[in-house]
Amino acid sequence: MAIIDPGHAAKQLVYERIFRSATLGAAVLVLVILGGVAFSLMHGAWPALAHFGFSFVAREIWNPVTDEFGALAPIYGTLVTSVIAMAIAVPAGFGIALFLTELCPPLLKRPIGVAVELLAAVPSIIYGIWGLFVLAPVLQRHIQPWLISHIGAVPLVGRLFKGPPFGIGILTAGIVLAIMVLPFIAATLRDVFDTVPPMLKESGYGLGATTWEVIWNVVVPHSRVGIVGAVMLGLGRALGETMAVTFVIGNAHRISSSILAPGTTISSSIANEFTEAVGDLYTSSLIALGLLLFLITFTVIAVAQALLRRLEQRAVSAV
Amino acid sequence: MNRRLIRKIRNGAFLTLSMVATLMGLACLAAILWTLLSHGITGMSGHLFTQMTPPPGSQGGLLNALYGSAIMTLLGILIGSPIGVLAGTYLAEYGRSSRLSTAIRFINDILLSAPSIIIGLFIYELIVVRMGHFSALAGALALAILAIPVTLRTTEDMLNLVPQGMKDSSAALGAYPWRTTLSVLYPAARSGIVTGLLLAIARISGETAPLLFTALNNQFWSTNLNAPMANLPVVIFTFALSPYKDWQDLAWAGALIITVSILVLSISARVLLALLRAERRPGL
Repeated sequence: MAIIDPGHAAKQLVYERIFRSATLGAAVLVLVILGGVAFSLMHGAWPALAHFGFSFVAREIWNPVTDEFGALAPIYGTLVTSVIAMAIAVPAGFGIALFLTELCPPLLKRPIGVAVELLAAVPSIIYGIWGLFVLAPVLQRHIQPWLISHIGAVPLVGRLFKGPPFGIGILTAGIVLAIMVLPFIAATLRDVFDTVPPMLKESGYGLGATTWEVIWNVVVPHSRVGIVGAVMLGLGRALGETMAVTFVIGNAHRISSSILAPGTTISSSIANEFTEAVGDLYTSSLIALGLLLFLITFTVIAVAQALLRRLEQRAVSAV
Repeated sequence: MNRRLIRKIRNGAFLTLSMVATLMGLACLAAILWTLLSHGITGMSGHLFTQMTPPPGSQGGLLNALYGSAIMTLLGILIGSPIGVLAGTYLAEYGRSSRLSTAIRFINDILLSAPSIIIGLFIYELIVVRMGHFSALAGALALAILAIPVTLRTTEDMLNLVPQGMKDSSAALGAYPWRTTLSVLYPAARSGIVTGLLLAIARISGETAPLLFTALNNQFWSTNLNAPMANLPVVIFTFALSPYKDWQDLAWAGALIITVSILVLSISARVLLALLRAERRPGL
């Protein structure tokens, strides 16, 4: 009596091959998608890049009527809004992560952690509509007039705070972005701080260090790589964020020295103008903007992932 | 003596600052929810779920947008999640530490946080340009691409949680890996994989940017997948930026619906995960 029916075994082998290829195919598809994204953006951007050449990234002009396009204003807006967002969100996220890992009473640790993660789940369009209807009026009526009258007169720095209080503009977009990326940064930093071995911290306390001294001299140096990774991850989000910014940026294709003035970012230009773009060169220029955004965010996120991964591996090898 | 005081003050100051930061973060969440509730409830009416999006200046609802969002999210998940689950299975079971898997994990993490508007442009180039018109199908495909990284990541993580002993037992009974995966691993990791699906739904149902130039929008009732279709995020976007009071009210109501459903989804995903962990603990 044959215990293993050869026909059965052969059939099993066929199923095995099918299943294995299916999983492999799906896995490879992830690579194909990224390749496809890169290729299709390059393909779509080619007419604009061929027409304008290198000057595309160096010119401020954006004139659909005369078909002249330059990406400098959106690039500037993207960078400045992200810098403002990071300037606010990094210290705040750092504070939240420290609170959650070092200070929080255990009873509150989970609820607050979950609340922060929920803040990350709220879709960006909600931040946009909130920024436009709630934050912008507050800024316009209370904060911006104060900034203009008090800091606007200061030499050098004052230039950033000139002009009428629009409510919407680069600064508002930066603040909305900060609120948006804050939970990402806080949650990632919390995970990073959690990887610090308790033994190290306890040694610090044993030597008589205060909580802050343990944080600054033990936790932070130990998780330096992870902190940079978390910040870069937040930066990647901020650079590519579309809807939250589109609501409050004001969509003006010019570079203004004041951060209170309306501006534009790469993603908000695409979101605002893509469906209305007439003419191949206009569409192609917008796709070229997309390609730029792709290159910038890809680099930032890749570096962030590489850093975080290194930290993970170190944590694994330390165990 | 003096030095000790300075250290104490510095300690107190920084700890207070970190507490203030946390309070501010929570205040933001509260402020956003409060605005949504107070504005959204004014926009709520019986018409919301029975009528179409209105022309400016008249009463209406969001029925077509709700339907469109549901259909496109569903299609997106149906297309995206099998790919994500299968790919996650490959990473966890077949190609654990091969160079290909490392590359895929890396790329997947990049896709996970890549700007969604880029995916919209990709689908526009790939589908919309070729078909010559915007369509719900293109929108669903864009959402599917966004769903893949989320499901892939959770599936791999959850399969890795399944005790090695279970796999070994199955292999000892003569089962091929595919049998083990289907009959042992998937059932064991079921709630984890479902969590991934819920997170993916939560992620894609609020996405606006990739729909702007794939599904576009439609003022009327349409079930045709090959035509532009209304959807909640884009309706919120257009209506909120309009000068009409009726439209803005509808936008707030839509925003409230979307946020509440996403929060419910995320919280249930978390609860499921907590249950899963509690269930696992005695076994490990």
